[in-house]
This record gives sequence, C-alpha cells and structure tokens, in this order.
Amino acid sequence: MVSTQEVSATINGTTRTAEVEPRTLLVHYLRDALGLTGTHIGCDTSQCGACVVLLNGKTVKSCTVFAVQAEGAEITTIEGLAAMAPQDGGLHPLQEGFWEQHGLQCGFCTPGMIISAYEILQRHPDPSEEEIREGLEGNLCRCTGYHNIVKAVQHAASQSAG
Amino acid sequence: MAVSRLFGASVRRREDPRLITGQATYCDDIQLANMAYAVIVRSPHAHARITSIDTSAAAAHPGVIAVYTGSDLEGRVASIPCAWLIPDSDLVVPDHPPLAIDRVRYVGDGVAAIIAEDRGAAADAADLVEVEYEELPAIVDQEKATAEGAPQLHDDVPANTAFRWRMGEWDDEAFENAEVTVSHRFHNQRLIPNSMEARGAVAQWDAGAEEMTIWLTSQNPHIHRVLMSGVLGIPEHKLRIVAPEIGGGFGSKIHHYPDEAIVGFAAKELNRPVKWSETRSENYLATIHGRDHIQDVDIAATKDGMITGLRAKVWANLGAYLSTAAPGVPTILHGLMYSGAYKIPNISADVLGVLTNTTPVDAYRGAGRPEATFLVERIVDLLAAELEMDPAAIRRKNFIGADEFPYTVATGITYDSGDYDTALDMALEMVDYDGFRQEQAAAREQGRYLGIGLTSYSEICGLGPSEVAGAVGFQGGLWESATVRVHPTAKVSAFTGGNPHGQGEETTFAQIVADEFGIPIEDVEVVYGDTSKIAMGWGTYGSRTTAVGGTAIALAARKVTEKARRIAAHLLEADPDDVEFMDGKFFVRGAPESAQTFGDVALQAYLAWNLPDDIEPALEENSFYDPSNFTYPFGTHIAVVEVDGDTGQVELQRYIAVDDCGNVINPMIVDGQVHGGVVQGIAQALYEQAVYDPETGQLLTGSLMDYAVPKAGMVPSIETDRTTTPSPVNAIGVKGVGETGTIAAGSAVINAVVDALAPFGVRHIDMPATPEKVWRLIAEGSQSNGSEGESESTGVWRSLLNRLR
Repeated sequence: MVSTQEVSATINGTTRTAEVEPRTLLVHYLRDALGLTGTHIGCDTSQCGACVVLLNGKTVKSCTVFAVQAEGAEITTIEGLAAMAPQDGGLHPLQEGFWEQHGLQCGFCTPGMIISAYEILQRHPDPSEEEIREGLEGNLCRCTGYHNIVKAVQHAASQSAG
Repeated sequence: MAVSRLFGASVRRREDPRLITGQATYCDDIQLANMAYAVIVRSPHAHARITSIDTSAAAAHPGVIAVYTGSDLEGRVASIPCAWLIPDSDLVVPDHPPLAIDRVRYVGDGVAAIIAEDRGAAADAADLVEVEYEELPAIVDQEKATAEGAPQLHDDVPANTAFRWRMGEWDDEAFENAEVTVSHRFHNQRLIPNSMEARGAVAQWDAGAEEMTIWLTSQNPHIHRVLMSGVLGIPEHKLRIVAPEIGGGFGSKIHHYPDEAIVGFAAKELNRPVKWSETRSENYLATIHGRDHIQDVDIAATKDGMITGLRAKVWANLGAYLSTAAPGVPTILHGLMYSGAYKIPNISADVLGVLTNTTPVDAYRGAGRPEATFLVERIVDLLAAELEMDPAAIRRKNFIGADEFPYTVATGITYDSGDYDTALDMALEMVDYDGFRQEQAAAREQGRYLGIGLTSYSEICGLGPSEVAGAVGFQGGLWESATVRVHPTAKVSAFTGGNPHGQGEETTFAQIVADEFGIPIEDVEVVYGDTSKIAMGWGTYGSRTTAVGGTAIALAARKVTEKARRIAAHLLEADPDDVEFMDGKFFVRGAPESAQTFGDVALQAYLAWNLPDDIEPALEENSFYDPSNFTYPFGTHIAVVEVDGDTGQVELQRYIAVDDCGNVINPMIVDGQVHGGVVQGIAQALYEQAVYDPETGQLLTGSLMDYAVPKAGMVPSIETDRTTTPSPVNAIGVKGVGETGTIAAGSAVINAVVDALAPFGVRHIDMPATPEKVWRLIAEGSQSNGSEGESESTGVWRSLLNRLR
C-alpha cells in the first residue's frame, strides 16, 4: 500500500493527529481524516473558495495546501470560528451577520465565504461595498447574487465596532 | 386567512444555524462504515466507437474492489429513462445505457466504473483503464446536425431530430399582410448550471432486509425513487432515497443520471456502502447544461404598434441523449409562453429537438421561460425600434389589462391574475426613466454610451395541475403532499413532498403552520427529503414548492384545526359551529374567558379519554393538493448600462427588479430569490457561455477557470421592489419567485446594451455581450445584425487553444 505520514496540527484550539498520504490535501485531511466536514469542496481548480480556512491566521484555500505543509500549524475552520469572538448565542458576529441579513441560501459556499470575510474585517474593520466585493473575489456563490453577503459582512462590521 | 403574525414577516431562516456553523450534512459529508468509493471513467472523445476496453490493470491496482463496464451492466441496470414524452410531436427516445457499450456520444459519456477502498485508489485505477476508440465525426451545432450528411448519433433518430413540436397555425399570409413585420435570429447560448455543490450519491444495501438506501443530491427524491426503482430493479417500497443537505441545484439535480444508478448497482453487488462524489470538472461534462437555442423569430404589428402575430422556429440543442425532462423544456415550458405580457392574437411555434455530441441539455433555472422571454422581449424592442416607438410605450400598448384576468392567451393557457401597468410604472419611477433619457442624450453628446433596457415578463410556474401534466406528456403528477402531525405536547411536525435546497421553505412553511395554529414558530418542524418519512412528493423545481407544497401544508393544517375545533366544542359542551379559534385558543363565541388552548386539545386528542363519538384519536391530517391552474408571476426589470466605446466593456450601473409573485410569506427570502436569479440572468447576458470546439466536440469552457461564473465584483447590488396581486388559484394566494430573475434579466440587460449602442446602428447582440463582441459591433456598426453566424467567440477560443498547444 502507499506510504503514509503523520500530520499534527492545532485545529480550532485542539491538537489533532492523523496518518495521511503525502499527496493528501489539507481539505481532505480536515474532512476525511478529522471529520471536519464544515469545510467544503466546490471545485478542483482552486476557484470557488468553499474550502477557505485560516492557516496561522491567514486565509488559504485548503485545496491548495498539502496536509503535510500544515504540520504544527494553527488552523481555524468554520466549526471553530465562533470561539474566536463568541457572542450571545455562541456565534461569531460574521455568523450572526450572515444569518441576520440572509447572506446564504444553500449554504455550501458559506463556510469559505465567512472565513474570507473574517480576513476582510481584519484588514478593513469598516469595509466599503467595494472592499467587500473585492475581498471576496476568491469565493463564488451561485445562490445569493452576493447582494446579501455584502450586507452580512457590513452587519458584522457594525456589530464588531459596537 | 387574514394578515397574521408570521405570514408576511422577514423571519430569520431556521435552516441557517447549522449552515453557518459547519454542522450541516451534505452528501459528500456522509461517512459509513466499510464504505467504498466510486470513480467513473469518462470518454475523452465526443463521438467514437469503442473497439476494446481492457480493465485488467485497473482491476489489479491496489485497493480496487471492482471494475464495471457497459457490458457488465447489460441486463442488470436498465437504460436511463426520459420522463417527459411530449405529445403533438414524433418524439423518439434513443437508448441511453448507464455506461456506453459500443459507442460514446459526448465528452463525458461514462465507459467504466471503478470501485475502490479509497478515493485516491479509485482515481488512480481510473487512469489504468485502457479504452481503444475509433473516432467518428462529431457534430455540436444543432442546426447543422439536422442537415443531410451530418454525423448521426443514434440509428433510430434520423437527422438527429428527436422531435418536431408544432404549436398554433403557422400562418404565412397573416405575416405577409401585416403592416409591419420584424424578423431576427437569436442565439440563446448554452449555460452550465454550476450549483456550488456538484452531484453525488452514497448507496447502502441492507442484504438482510433487501432494502436499498441512497443518499442523493436530489431536488425530488420521490421522482428519483420511482425512476431508480425501474432502473435498478428494486421494488419501490424497498428503495429509500434521502436528499441530505443540498448545495444548490438550479434544475441540475432534478434529473436521474447514469452515475447514480451505477453507485446503487455496485452497493448491492458488493454488499458494501459506495460513495461517488462528482468533481467540478466532471460536473461540467456529466451534469446537464441549459438553454442552447437557435431561434428565428418573426413579429407582426400594425403601424401604431399593436402586435398582431408572433412566431418562432427553434432549434433546441438537447445534447447526446434525452435527459429526464428535456423534451418538455423547449416546448411546453417555452412555446406556451410566447404571449409574454401581451395580447397577441396569432402565435405559433415550430421547435426541433436536436441531438448533438454534447452534454445533455435539460431544465436549468427558468427552463424554457428565459428562452421565451428573451425572444419576446428582444423582438418587441426591435419592433419598437422599427416603429420608432418608446420601449415602455409599446409594452404598455400591448399589455393584458389588469381588469382582463383571468386571461386566456393564444397559446391556450390562462393567466391567473396580473397588473402589468403598475409594475412597469413602479420600475420606471425607480429608475427615473425620463430623467435617464435626458442624461443619456447629454452623455451621447460627450461620446459616452448609456443604455436602458426593459423587460416586462409574465411567466408560468407553480407546476401544476396534474391533469395538464398528463396532457403534456409529463410522466408524473404535479400535485403535492403534506402531513401536519400535532404531537401530544402540541409540538408540530409538518411533512412536505417539496424538497427545498436553499429556497427556505423550512422557514416559510413553519411560518404558515405557526400562523394557522397560533403557536410559536419554534414549536414547528418542517420535514422533507426522505422517502421513508414523506408519503409522496414531486419535489422542488419550476417555482412550485410554495404555490403547491405550501398550499398543501396550509390545507392540511386547516383540516387539523377543524378536527381540533370539534374536540374543543365537545370539551366546551358547545356546538362546533359556535366555537371560534383565535390566537391558539378555542372558545365559544362571545365567551373567550373559558377557552381550550390548542395544547389542551392536542393532549386530549391523544389521551382520547373524552372524544366525541364520531372522532378518532390523534391529531394529524394529510393534504394531497392538486392545483386547478398554474400561477403566473410577472413584473418589470430595468437595466442601466454604460458601454465603453473604445474597449467594448459593458458596465452594469443599475439593476431594478419589480416583481409580483402574489402574496409574500417572507419578504427577506423573496428578495434573496430575486437577487440570486437576477445575477444568474446577468451572467447569461454578460459573462457565461459553454463553448464546444465545433470539430472535435471538446468542451473548451471545461472548468471554472474558463467559464465565467460571476464573482462578487462583477455584479451590482440589485434594487428590488414589488407589487402584490394575489393568485386566485390557491388558498394562500402565492405564485412563486425562484426563477423570475433568470427569466427577466437576460433581455433587460441586452436591451440596455443595444440601446447604448444605438448610435452605432447596432440592432442586436447575442449573449453574452462580451467586450470583444461589443467592440466588434461598434467597429462594424450597422453592417452587422449582431447575430453570430459561425460563432466568432468559438473562433477566438479555437485560436487561443491552438496557441496554447
């Protein structure tokens, strides 16, 4: 059988270890080896952004990173986002924003969309519509037409500021 | 029912908490013990004879459990059926084996299936299947495919013509004698649906119970069950289809595909769970495409702009095989809508359904109606230009009047209700139409090219009366089921045969039920997507779920209320006719202080200690609601563009959507449906096109790198408003709003682009209005009619590909 390698990383604050093939992508490590299926796969050419996670605080498309490259890293997925800024009800302001402003329909792009928006708010605490649309250029949504996603990110920004 | 607390309120969606926290379970998230993985080996050729398949190396690959070819499945998995057998045509349905046996007919046609211990091993082994092909000439253009000497796909489909469907009387004389006629050819290009989740299936065979469960990316699990029961030879009561969380569909998950059947076959054969997850690149080849019409359109009118006739000859490209609903899309869902929002006395259609060496084409969001609305709204604009009439004025002149409904149009269907003038007025006011015309004139003086485009549409949805479904050859009913089960503690489970996958009925149906019973929405659960839980259902497509399924939910709830009223009357020692139900309480009229709550009655219904003699215990009712008519949403959309005369770049500055979808249960969700639909329509107008190499039949736009699904920065925010004209068809007065955006936006944007280019003498531009195409038109000016002959963009793609080689 093919060789495997042990990969350990801190995922959502917990150290996790799994044996994977060297060719395993980070997204498959998260989904298949660790069962964190909140991170989605929407394409095979790194266009859609459904698999965006935070790797050492920066957004990456987890389909463009080998699992072995994440050895020792700190990773935040949608399952762990709420812990980073818990609100009443245990949601992150971005999750609240997407819920409140109907920023999702089928929900498939949403985890990646929210993580990318997290980085937008790191860079622009009070982003303009243009900054949001530009910041989300690596994330595709087929349901919302982006209209309410823009409002969701703005809503989160206003909540965070408040 | 009177206006109430929740019906009409922008309630936050109940499906969202699991979706925003990563707790939802989509098909590929399902993990079962001892699960194997499937990969389909697909044809790299558009048209070829299979001379041999050698699977020995693949079978010997570590981790491979089984390899199947088309001949392995012969007699064991039936051919993939077509389920819309349209009348008034000479429809031929060619055989569609689940895996090709001796011939492949499009790039992506399945030729073998690998089942392995893990995804990687299955993918590796797929590369080891050696197939020898003898290439055959391919044909991708539907008009050329009907010509003599064209490559033939199926021996039993002469001229590659699966059907010729004619509607109305093709009356040359009426057009020859008309005061004015305008004719044009439109290409409604091929699109790729691109739900963000591709398709997938997980099948599990229970050998002890002889039962199969298939988790499937399905918009309609019961339709899949009946079709797959036949294909797999598993009795319907032993086959359970579960639609888990579905990551969008837009029509592409209605249909029954070969790969789904193969997964079911393998799971039973191997007695192990098998998962198949489509990749995006595979999705581009193996999941249906949409649109792809060539339309020759004629309109006739009087000199003062009264439309007297409209007709079209259409070549509809259906791909290599007839997909589940394919014949109905360019015919029933298309030709019947040629009257649009107008009174047109003479309408006819002549539609050829043509098979080509391309991915099968079927229902994609709008399904036939965007192609009809574009045709009508473009030719009306061309007529207005010919008569030098204002586009708003010619529409108003021909509208069906608000006082004329129900109105039967020349195609024979009866529009339920409408008020087209009011929607047009509202949209014109929102855009400041007169002000814009002044701004446009001033801008032209400065060499800037602004344009405005209108679409006033009427569309058919809320599918639909089952009797009509039968009459038009749909191999199913179109009623919907609902079960409303009140539990002893007065919590409610509402079961629907609709299958929402982003449209939010988990929330809106709970709003309906909570209102009917006067209970908190938190006490209502909406259940769907599992044939073992839902008696029967026809699924979610054709903007039908709320109009048909929502009405069924309301009717079932009202039956529950009537039973509860009789129990309450018994407990109150009163006549049921004297018992009122308000805010969750039953009381004798005039004596609200002595009431039985909904919860009291629910408990008593289950305890059954003291029920009226003629009342059975429990509190649960069904509705199997079959609507008496379709519903007809309408509205006016307006696009404002500026075209850069030097580069041909179109900037969409504003998009205004005024829609009337009848009563609105949740305005936030309705607006969201409009936003998303409009952006898919804008995408057709400006960005997207599936392009095949005309000689090799290779899909040149084969991934998200090559096919322009719009990003956030490519579209504006959408300005929405609405009028409310309730539908008289159903008990809750709703129509449907899932597809209005794709139906209206294409022609609104293109009408705006053409308006902007009017100073250059441009009459038309085919979609998508890419900078290259616009720039060429500006350069050619009035020499061009804007319609692609041998597609220019195809030529550009070819030269690009050659350079890359």
